[in-house]
Amino acid sequence: MEEIKTKPDIKMLKEKARIIRMEILKMLTEAGSGHTGGSLSAADIVAALYFYKMKHKPEDPLWKDRDRFILSKGHAAPVLYAALAIAGYFDRKLLKTLRKIGSPLQGHPCSRKLPGVEISTGSLGQGLSIANGIALGLKISKSPSRVYCLLGDGEIQEGQIWEAAMTASHYNLDNLCAIIDNNGLQIDGRCCDVMCIDPIAKKWEAFGWNVLEINGHDMEAIVDALDRVEIVKGKPSMIVARTIKGKGVSFFEGKVEYHGIAPTNEELENALKELEI
Amino acid sequence: MGERQEKKQEKEVSQKIATRDAYGDALLELGKIREDVVVLDADLSGSTKTKKFAKQFPERFFNIGISEQDMIGTASGLSLTGKLPFASTFAVFETGRAWEQIRQTVCYSKLNVKLVATHSGITVGEDGASHQAIEDVALMRVLPNMTVIVPADGYETKQVIYSIADYSGPVYVRLGRSKVPVVMPSNYEFQIGKSYAFHIGSDVNIVAMGIMVSIALDAAKILKENGIDAGVINMSTVKPLDNEMLLEISKKSKLIVTAEEHSIIGGLGSAVCEFLSENNPVRVIRIGIKDNFGCSGSPSELLKLYGLTADNIVKTITELLNK
Ligand SMILES: Cc1ncc(C[n+]2csc(CCOP(=O)(O)OP(=O)(O)O)c2C)c(N)n1
Ligand SMILES: [Mg+2]
Repeated sequence: MEEIKTKPDIKMLKEKARIIRMEILKMLTEAGSGHTGGSLSAADIVAALYFYKMKHKPEDPLWKDRDRFILSKGHAAPVLYAALAIAGYFDRKLLKTLRKIGSPLQGHPCSRKLPGVEISTGSLGQGLSIANGIALGLKISKSPSRVYCLLGDGEIQEGQIWEAAMTASHYNLDNLCAIIDNNGLQIDGRCCDVMCIDPIAKKWEAFGWNVLEINGHDMEAIVDALDRVEIVKGKPSMIVARTIKGKGVSFFEGKVEYHGIAPTNEELENALKELEI
Repeated sequence: MGERQEKKQEKEVSQKIATRDAYGDALLELGKIREDVVVLDADLSGSTKTKKFAKQFPERFFNIGISEQDMIGTASGLSLTGKLPFASTFAVFETGRAWEQIRQTVCYSKLNVKLVATHSGITVGEDGASHQAIEDVALMRVLPNMTVIVPADGYETKQVIYSIADYSGPVYVRLGRSKVPVVMPSNYEFQIGKSYAFHIGSDVNIVAMGIMVSIALDAAKILKENGIDAGVINMSTVKPLDNEMLLEISKKSKLIVTAEEHSIIGGLGSAVCEFLSENNPVRVIRIGIKDNFGCSGSPSELLKLYGLTADNIVKTITELLNK
């Protein structure tokens, strides 16, 4: 199935990312806990996937020809929930129930509870293997669907990531595109201080991947990278997206403390003001 | 050590503290008196409270990053050089992700590695099932050479940490995220393999571990008001189990109830059943998580949802005794 490529509407995508950020902040404040920094840093990437690149049908979450998205860094659940709600998978009002008892919006994504979530995640390091399996399955069924997998930069310290890196390249999974949200921070500090992951791009290249490095907040660059990796044949692609943790809210940006805490009501108010401009 | 502890203890009575906080303090104290102590963490040192030790003794602290399997292997290697490693992360990742490293390296070779995990059970709360270890005791208990300890409060936790430092061999210590009341009396002295009876009941005895000890004590109080004589045993060492105590209580009461913030499969309840069914078969009812995953919610809401409350213990026991 060859689709007619429409020109990406960058303005619309930026607007989607802005709304995603506002929803992330609102739902986290309401929940009173959760992961602010890593949800905000991924907002532009997730907006580009859900509102430009991926083929999917919110009204039919299990549509067989859909592209798949695996949020390997499952703690960034709010960015996925916001995108799914805005795309129409479920009522936006549900976002208010995040992390509350009985809610389908679990602290980390749960595929049994929420349509649109391909697989439950939360324990870091497991998503890329799952994405490989899906990509293999799609390939042998001759499906045109593609698989996207979002990883944290701290997350790639897990050994399983590198096992999966070999598998993807060994099986020439060119229907797979992984993206690293390279915000430079994890929980205990900067990745380079906790456990050095550099040089990231060279490592993936050495593992046989096609690697692109971009600014993960430049919508044109994101869209361009997603288009370019699609035509690369014979190997999996990795987009190393340089990002800022907490992006979009000046007082959260680059602050490691905001990894795992929700905004206060006052912070929310000020954050929304910044995003409304 | 004893004196210093006792003084602190006076302040802590009637106070609530999380066992992970007590761990952070104990580790710091231990680091001051023992130079062989080294600490490893996997990017969660703020949450596991090993950060306190890390700040004071940076040259003896190793953050291995988000790689739990590597952390256990590294701790093993350190123990082979005569160091006393404490390796910490959340219970799910410590016992789950690194289980085979713990089996093949730590336990098979009986290494002197201390695994102290925090964020066990459903009282992790809002993070949900992926972060709530409800099977860690089962996973550790099944391993030969492993000792498994689940302290009831902050006071006991400190004693446990000092005590396992003097014991040579693998130990798993299960700690929690939420604050819990201090329940152990100030003259209590922890000993590996020795349980503590607050009271031995003639109608029923509740064998509990971890946060369920304080909840069982609340239940026993209510039962007493209702004319039921209920005992409470803190079985903080789940392996090796205090068989003597189990034999004693099984002779005093016809009913035994186990209470754990853990799956009823493979944990404390299972251990008690395994021993009593072979040695003095009495009725044992297990209160715990019934072959289910946890979910997001506040710790108190979750305890209620999964029946880990004094009210549910009272109800269960009253129904059983009235039958
Ligand atoms: C296996 C595993 N170990 C530890 C954790 C706890 N944890 C949650 S988020 C996180 C840091 C993640 O850092 P990074 O991948 O860089 O994510 P981001 O900066 O995008 O939030 C850690 C250690 C986990 N979820 N899974
Ligand atoms: Mg990061």
